[in-house]
Amino acid sequence: MTLPSAPKMLRMAKRSLSYLFVSASALLFLIPFLWMVSSSLQTEQEIATTDMRWIPETFHWENYVNVFEAMPLWTYFQNSIFVTGLFILGTLLSASLVAYAFSVLQWPGRDKVFILVLATMMLPMQVTMIPIFVLYKNLGWLNTFKPLIVPAFFGGGAFNIFLLRQFFLTIPRELFDSARIDGCNEFQIYWRIVLPLAKPALATVGIMTFLFTWNDFLGPLIYLSDKLKSTMALGIVMFVGQHKTEWALLMVASVIMMLPVILLFLFFQRYFIRGFMMSGIKG
Amino acid sequence: MRTLINKIMGHRKQDTLIAWLFVAPWAIGFLIFGLYPIIMSLYYSLCQYDVLRVPRFVGLQNYDQLLFEDPYFWKSLWNTLYYVVFRTPLSIIGSLLLASMLNQQLKGMPIFRTIFFIPSIISGVVLSVIWLWMFNPEYGLINSGLAFFGLPGPLWLQSASWSKPALILMSLWTVGGGRMLVFLAALQGIPKHLYEAVELEGGGWWTKFRHVTVPLISPILFLWTVMEVIFSMQVFVEAYIMTNGGPANSTLFFNLHLYNKSFNDFQMGYASAMAWLLLVITLGVTWFQFRLSRRMVYYEGGK
Repeated sequence: MTLPSAPKMLRMAKRSLSYLFVSASALLFLIPFLWMVSSSLQTEQEIATTDMRWIPETFHWENYVNVFEAMPLWTYFQNSIFVTGLFILGTLLSASLVAYAFSVLQWPGRDKVFILVLATMMLPMQVTMIPIFVLYKNLGWLNTFKPLIVPAFFGGGAFNIFLLRQFFLTIPRELFDSARIDGCNEFQIYWRIVLPLAKPALATVGIMTFLFTWNDFLGPLIYLSDKLKSTMALGIVMFVGQHKTEWALLMVASVIMMLPVILLFLFFQRYFIRGFMMSGIKG
Repeated sequence: MRTLINKIMGHRKQDTLIAWLFVAPWAIGFLIFGLYPIIMSLYYSLCQYDVLRVPRFVGLQNYDQLLFEDPYFWKSLWNTLYYVVFRTPLSIIGSLLLASMLNQQLKGMPIFRTIFFIPSIISGVVLSVIWLWMFNPEYGLINSGLAFFGLPGPLWLQSASWSKPALILMSLWTVGGGRMLVFLAALQGIPKHLYEAVELEGGGWWTKFRHVTVPLISPILFLWTVMEVIFSMQVFVEAYIMTNGGPANSTLFFNLHLYNKSFNDFQMGYASAMAWLLLVITLGVTWFQFRLSRRMVYYEGGK
């Protein structure tokens, strides 16, 4: 009597096994996060013990206040927001302008120049890093935010140009033609028709750029030296150098730096996924 | 008719001008942040240059010194090779494994996908700080966990023989990123009837994996292996923050050495020579992989 249901039982057993496997893997991926949050809510004395304690005896939320006194985290946060915000603005403006020329407009040599744009993606940054540093030094831009912001306004990155161009190509040409007949110039078409239609693509570029700029460490490391001018990434590393044993506070700072990224991901998952899928295709 | 053609030709010229106005931000950026630095970098690599004084031309001396006199250069190259050789296959397999898990028709997959994905979007700084704490030999989670099972844990980042494995282990936490999503999409694109054909022949999961999955996604696997190799060669942030090249230079990777030479010692000429060598090595390795791939990658339609 159990025989006919045997395949079904086998399938159920297989399914349960799959679930068990996936859940175990997910737990493995979660553990560092859980450990980090747990450590951030204990005192330094409590976490400096050999027995693993996952749930703190008392939750030391005051760590999340004290960290702002232990290091100028609020200043770091503001600096990061400032740099990231302007970098995103520059990227969106200039990448969309350039992408417009490579999709909507027709002009001789267009496709050859576009290949050059794509080719710049292959160039490793080590090769250009030193002369650019010297350039900024001669301009007197070291220890200012300019090196971290200004480049965004000059092209906005080859990959972003590529991504926006692909999107602009999907907009029906009739829209542009009828706008031209109505007397719109190219800039008006770009500003009034293409940009509003391209909101999803712009959101993808904006989010990818946020991720890159917010997380960037090498740029601030090279160009900023003043503690109060540090971004979050650099500020936290400075703190590691000086107070390597204050793990609870380090975990708090890390949670705070990570939080905007995770919140953004949870709210705008589809843009993230689109952005990462596109970066997969580019290769 | 003639006037119409003239009108169009005139328009053409004007259109080109307008197009270049739109391209201008990129074009100017390319000249300042692309072409000019490339030329200067090549020039610096032939100079002795400490930023304060003008560059002094020394010919190939930097390259000569790098290849024949700098033991740290070879050490850093060895460390980087070690890192690339172990990390690349492990991370590709890791991503493929996660993608296969998500490719099953199970409820709650978006949640699992999110959990796997999030580590890949965390800053390298946060990643380094978390794992510095995880690897703490006395109180860190990993050695506490090992002690719980009565096992002695190594010193991890403080041991010259465990530091590189520790950094590789840590990097595997981020295998659930964009690459996993691309693999997942590729797996979903494999026609079901191919698997059914294997089942009819009595083949198990290994046959399906080996003779259907791998050949069909081999172009993507190959592409991402190439990218992963290039990416792994760039390892810097973790080593800078977590070990600063130590202990005993066991984590002095190529880019860390390059950084130290340029921004600690201000030997810009020497560092530029290193950058060019890195470019040559990267191109060489990539070319070699493409050569190798001709035999190993299956392209549909048979090339």
